[in-house]
Amino acid sequence: MSDARLSVFKTYKLYVGGKFPRSESGRVYEVTDPKNNWLANAPLSSRKDARDAVVAARKAFGGWSGATAYNRGQVLYRVAEMLEGRREQFVREVAEAEGLSKSKAAAVVDAAIDRWVWYAGWTDKIAQVVGGANPVAGPFFNLSSPEPTGVVAVLAPQDSSFLGLVSVLAPVIATGNTAVVIASEKAPLPALSLAEVLATSDVPGGVVNILSGRPSEIAPSLAAHQDVNAIDLAGADEELAKELEIAAADNLKRVLRPQTVDFTQTPGIERLTAFLETKTVWHTTGALGASGSSY
Amino acid sequence: MPTTAPPAHALADVTASDSTLRRFLHGLPGVDTVGLEARATSLGTRSIKTTAKAYAIDLAISMVDLTTLEGADTPGKVRALGAKAVHPDPTDRTAPTTAAVCVYPDMVAVAKEAVAGSGVKVASVATAFPAGRAALDVKLADVRDAVAAGADEIDMVIDRGAFLAGKYLKVYDEIVAVKEACGTSARLKVIFETGELSTYDNIRRASWLGMIAGADFIKTSTGKVAVNATPANTLLMLEAVRDFRAQTGIQVGVKPAGGIRTSKDAIKFLVLVNETAGQDWLDNHWFRFGASSLLNDLLMQRQKLATGRYSGPDYVTVD
Repeated sequence: MSDARLSVFKTYKLYVGGKFPRSESGRVYEVTDPKNNWLANAPLSSRKDARDAVVAARKAFGGWSGATAYNRGQVLYRVAEMLEGRREQFVREVAEAEGLSKSKAAAVVDAAIDRWVWYAGWTDKIAQVVGGANPVAGPFFNLSSPEPTGVVAVLAPQDSSFLGLVSVLAPVIATGNTAVVIASEKAPLPALSLAEVLATSDVPGGVVNILSGRPSEIAPSLAAHQDVNAIDLAGADEELAKELEIAAADNLKRVLRPQTVDFTQTPGIERLTAFLETKTVWHTTGALGASGSSY
Repeated sequence: MPTTAPPAHALADVTASDSTLRRFLHGLPGVDTVGLEARATSLGTRSIKTTAKAYAIDLAISMVDLTTLEGADTPGKVRALGAKAVHPDPTDRTAPTTAAVCVYPDMVAVAKEAVAGSGVKVASVATAFPAGRAALDVKLADVRDAVAAGADEIDMVIDRGAFLAGKYLKVYDEIVAVKEACGTSARLKVIFETGELSTYDNIRRASWLGMIAGADFIKTSTGKVAVNATPANTLLMLEAVRDFRAQTGIQVGVKPAGGIRTSKDAIKFLVLVNETAGQDWLDNHWFRFGASSLLNDLLMQRQKLATGRYSGPDYVTVD
């Protein structure tokens, strides 16, 4: 009897609308580690997968944006709990994907989980920070409240396959948007595994949709898609970013340009506010009394 | 198909009595369920792209019976639907009009006014739609009411209870009576509610029964039950109209209704029509889609073909 056990290879699949389909095109591509050792085959998404993902994201938007901020916070915290439970798996996948030592990969995964918790805490606080009552010259209450933009296409960072991904994805959904994510082209496996975590936590299907493949192939149709409201170009190179920004102008998408970010640093709320719109409402308080106040 | 069936002139004889009608309908060949579904599935795998797709989408738009059959229908909603039928895509006047709007009898007058002068027809469901559980007099009054209000087409439901109980002649007589009430001004569509007929054999029998009784169209379902139009039952009905014309020379239209929501589905049905009944049926005089949300998807696909960009629900009307 030999001790050698056959390896059980994992079939990585897309995550669209809470399900795990293969690419509509049936294509896959080989994913290797930085030393060119084969790791797995990942689906090579087509434009139609992107289209399906947008449909799923749009469908999920009403429920997710309508959920209370407190509830979204709980759901996101639950994701962090599930990530913690799968920590070993992510450490291994990140180490392989990015060519890191085990201890460095562990630090990256811990930072990513902490990042997720950090954003989970922001869901019911962002409105107080960027919204509020405005003093106006008239007998009105004037209130601004931040509202989610809608369906956001996210090009995840190419180099930081997990921490970078979490850092761009979590703020988008924390504020009530739904997301279509294009994972890092070279290292999509941690993102596809994150999908399994999302599917087994309480995130409704369609809130996050994850595609793997070539951004240069999928992203243009997302950027031109009339039913996508915003696009985060974090993972696009200069040339692609320019092309996408032009395509995105057609229906006045909100565009977050690529920028150099150190994902190990505390991010601040810039990404949280990038995909928010401010809604301002006026409520009459009645006529002002002789004293200049209606109270 | 039925090589043993009586020749055209003999079809009149089969309705002489309940037993001759039963003998004829039960003499129709049984349906090969597995074969039927496999054929419907395989015809659904055709790839229709670029110019063929553009043609198919425009054809499908022109075949839509834009339908609103809700208890909550208001005159305003019917007028909005009529406007949409006349100009499906307000941003692109090259989009064809739909075939008809389909409403309840009391809304026919409103719908008629909304589509006046556009060539869009007004269809009305009648005969105690959707259950059909009413006395014949009531059903006929319902039909006359809709015809008097100006309906160009009447969608009647058969008495499924009688059909399933084997009282075929009763069903037949009812269709004949309704056809008579339609007069010469309105075409008659006969709804079988295939989801309630249980078997494919029953659907084939109902199709022949409806056609012998003088239906201008045979229609799958009301859209009010769990199982509506499927590729398989539509294929079966297309075979029936093809064979009926071969025997009698009379062409009858087909209308699948309910559950067809995407352009992809609609194009699959068009493939079924072309491959089964043939090109003569690829016209909105002989084939219709009973649908409401389908039109928006067709329009979005049309915009995608025109611009190269995926469109979204913000760019079509809400109904």
